[in-house]
Amino acid sequence: MNAIEIRGLTKKYGTLVAVDSLSLTVGEGELFSLLGVNGAGKTTTVKMLSCLTAPTEGDALLLGKSIRESTTEVKSIIAVSPQETAVAAGLSVRENLELICGVHGFDREKRERKIGELCELLGLSEVINRRAGRLSGGWQRRVSIAMALVSEPKILFLDEPTLGLDVIARSELWDIIRALKGNVTVILTTHYMEEAEALSDRVGIMKDGRLLACDTPDGIKALCGTDNFEQAFIRVVKGVAK
Amino acid sequence: MRMLTLAKRNTKEILRDPINLGFGLGFPLVLILLLSAIQASIPVSLFEIERLAPGIAVFGLSFVTLFSATLISKDRGSSLLQRLYTTPLTPADFILGYTLPILPLSLAQGLICYLVAILLGLSPSVNILIALAFIIPISLLYIALGLLCGSVLNDKQVGGICGALLTNLSAWLSGIWFDLELVGGVFEKIANILPFLHAVELERAALAGNFAEITGHLLWVLGYAAATLFLAILLFLRQMKRQ
Repeated sequence: MNAIEIRGLTKKYGTLVAVDSLSLTVGEGELFSLLGVNGAGKTTTVKMLSCLTAPTEGDALLLGKSIRESTTEVKSIIAVSPQETAVAAGLSVRENLELICGVHGFDREKRERKIGELCELLGLSEVINRRAGRLSGGWQRRVSIAMALVSEPKILFLDEPTLGLDVIARSELWDIIRALKGNVTVILTTHYMEEAEALSDRVGIMKDGRLLACDTPDGIKALCGTDNFEQAFIRVVKGVAK
Repeated sequence: MRMLTLAKRNTKEILRDPINLGFGLGFPLVLILLLSAIQASIPVSLFEIERLAPGIAVFGLSFVTLFSATLISKDRGSSLLQRLYTTPLTPADFILGYTLPILPLSLAQGLICYLVAILLGLSPSVNILIALAFIIPISLLYIALGLLCGSVLNDKQVGGICGALLTNLSAWLSGIWFDLELVGGVFEKIANILPFLHAVELERAALAGNFAEITGHLLWVLGYAAATLFLAILLFLRQMKRQ
């Protein structure tokens, strides 16, 4: 079963077409990256798929549930780590995780077990009692991803998860994202070509709301006749691919 | 349960902000102490504690609006709300979660204000408890203003609109510091139309035991609170949909 089936998804803001008749499928456990320059429609696509904004036309099925007709069911199987670091700054890391456990209705036993699991997976033990707002950008991103994983989502949206991080923090976050592969379907949006190439099973390249190419990183490079993924991306976006 | 989780988090965020505590509790107390000291040094009755304390108790609530609006606008700015919108929390959970934690804070603020007033010479009586009870409908108005501002303004704009404009409106058009009849004219008419004067007079009537005067002022306050809350909910839901 496909985790995501997008059928002619369109979003218009007045006369601006942010996403234009997008159609694609993503398999279960796949890590799919959406690439594109600013304004390509990546974040709008993620917002529609996560029921944050309604499509103007088209639909998408997430594990068979429509984002138009079954928003509550869709919300129960997804989680989003937004572009900005979405943590409660005045709360400790533990309290942030407890907040998300609480809004998902976990009892005390499940909450403690889940917090323990996430601390181990994301290495949060050393900062668990520190205020989230006082952590470095890298740690805040980890906390943000941990909060997204609390609900044991089947589909996880990571919107620019490594934006603004230093090399070490980015590398550590890549390891965490790799550890999720296979267990969770991950939709990743990023501006970093090396990140998409290193992590993705497949990538989709968008421009002006349209999907220009969709293949494995190697497939995209072959399509453009280059061994360099960044060059391949540029050629696709500029419309000079083979 | 889900709503209470959000409410608990909001309470912690507010109480852990030293600026909130400083302005919310400290500033009204400084005012009541300062004006009482002035009253002790002048021959005319300008800031008698029986009229000053209810005024300051209401004026302190304008900082409640600031707390509430700042919290919501910061949550919008940090995308925390966007994250929470993808959880099973309902619109009612959000509105109650941002409203309920402020009520006990408002009551605590009023209680501290009256306790200090007792130390400064206010006669302890059961009317103080009645006046405290009427803090609840008044705080609903100020909380609704916070929800409204937090839904449409960013945190910098909240600082300007709630921190400067609202506190000044609440201060000058409420008759806390001077009798508005002395100014008269359009100024007095505007003050009578807006809810701030009625909120202060409601507290004063309750404290003085003039219960016949309560109903009229209470209706003004409740009317404004209901209208503001209705508008605030509409605007909150609109920004929620826009996310």
